[in-house]
Amino acid sequence: MARPALFRIWRGNPEGGAFQDFKTEVDAGMVVLDAVHRIQAAQAPDLAVRWNCKAGKCGSCSAEINGMPRLMCMTRMGQLNLDMPVVIEPMHAFPLIRDLVTDVSWNFQVKKKIKKFKPRTPDAPDGTWRMRQADVDRVQEFRKCIECFLCQDVCHVLREHRKYDEFIGPRYFVYTAALEMHPLDTESRIAGLKNDHGVGYCNITTCCRQVCPESITITENAIIPLKERVVDEYFDPFRKLLRIIR
Amino acid sequence: MATPELLWKNGRFGQTSRRDAWWLPPASVLIGLSVFLVYANWAAWQNAHYTFGPYLSPFYSPELFGDSPHALFGPKPAWYPRFLPFSPALLILWIPGLFRLTCYYYRGAYYKAFWADPPACAVSEPRNVYLGERSLPLILQNSHRFFLRLSYPVWAFLAWDAIKSYRFSDGFGIGLGSLILTANVILLGGYVFGCHAFRHLIGGVYDRLAERPVRHKLYQCVSCLNGDHMKWAWSSLFSVGFADLYVRLCSMGIWTDWRIL
Ligand code: SF4
Ligand code: SF4
Ligand code: FES
Ligand code: FES
Repeated sequence: MARPALFRIWRGNPEGGAFQDFKTEVDAGMVVLDAVHRIQAAQAPDLAVRWNCKAGKCGSCSAEINGMPRLMCMTRMGQLNLDMPVVIEPMHAFPLIRDLVTDVSWNFQVKKKIKKFKPRTPDAPDGTWRMRQADVDRVQEFRKCIECFLCQDVCHVLREHRKYDEFIGPRYFVYTAALEMHPLDTESRIAGLKNDHGVGYCNITTCCRQVCPESITITENAIIPLKERVVDEYFDPFRKLLRIIR
Repeated sequence: MATPELLWKNGRFGQTSRRDAWWLPPASVLIGLSVFLVYANWAAWQNAHYTFGPYLSPFYSPELFGDSPHALFGPKPAWYPRFLPFSPALLILWIPGLFRLTCYYYRGAYYKAFWADPPACAVSEPRNVYLGERSLPLILQNSHRFFLRLSYPVWAFLAWDAIKSYRFSDGFGIGLGSLILTANVILLGGYVFGCHAFRHLIGGVYDRLAERPVRHKLYQCVSCLNGDHMKWAWSSLFSVGFADLYVRLCSMGIWTDWRIL
């Protein structure tokens, strides 16, 4: 089913830019990244686009397609209404480098602020540990993250309110949850979550979970359990009292 | 750490490149919750038509004080301040009300629908100021688990009401109302026991949960309910309103209860 489609692609640099229209042939099996490559090959050789794996695993090709943060390599033509122009923009929550490429380095700075994994002393004399599979399974979900930062992009606390200094964003709540709920870990990140990492800014509107290409249940399995742990520590005198009595 | 310099900022309210009907889910939430709030408020202030035969409206249960035979401690007490309006529902409805108000699912939904914070994902907001749930007033949402604890007994009373709804003046029987009250308790149970705070308290709090087999099993059951928390939230909201309406219509003589057995 080859057919022509119109792509409205953002072109520009940090100073500004504009949309540019491109017409190209597409078929249902193609993904948006294929179409962008076709446009780059035939019509706009200087169009900047970042990609790597074309398999939804490297997290490089994040962009906004028809207004929603998505991976270009995982969005099929068949999912889009081709009777209207397909709008492709770079992620809004990060500074633009050029065209569809943004600078996501803020995220790597944030990661450094999170307390590292601190395992308990080994369980066996040979320096190894024993864990139950079910306990590891629980944090395994969080390790699927490909750091595409689509969740960071969609989160209104960053995108709209720009709390970059006070809020680490859903990706790093997932990361914190993976460490905090790990059966071997002994570190506590709860005070950090409440005071410096802004878990209280999240108003559980689930946009991060809705855009995650790895289908990580970000809000319900990572953020809400972390919020509950903050409640244990700071907002539940009954529980505190019970712990002292026991 | 430098705040990134962005190209896109200070968007107009509603600005987005989305071309799907992004306004539809928040608009449905707005309408659904508003209709419920109006009806529940009206029904709670009535102080009439809340029982019919063995049925007691879930808005009025447990009936601590009141004129019906279901009242636990008799009629309105003499010490009840005269200037305060009285209805058995008002004595109890604040528990499920605040429980739902502070529910994680509803919070996410009504922040979007009633406060446009955000109106929908990747759609610009009307305000620049944002406090989140970090400071007053929304920091009070952290009290959700208190209302959860208060909701256990309320749910138990409703379960008891459902059982009693099969005891007619002429002995055991099944009316359409009995089935409605029973379905309501099941749906409410799915909602209360699928609560995120319950999931945490029952097992989520432990990192080495699998070493506690009973809690682990319970955690799995709760997680299973929790996965559909939104559906339980809406279906139980509907059923609780409908159960009240059913009892009310029977009691007013507008509707005749269908006695199946
Ligand atoms: S649920 Fe929280 S972290 Fe996720 S997008 Fe919404 S506000 Fe951001
Ligand atoms: S949590 Fe999901 S959306 Fe967020 S960075 Fe990881 S894979 Fe991407
Ligand atoms: S190119 Fe690797 S995720 Fe799209
Ligand atoms: S989170 Fe919805 S009832 Fe607790």
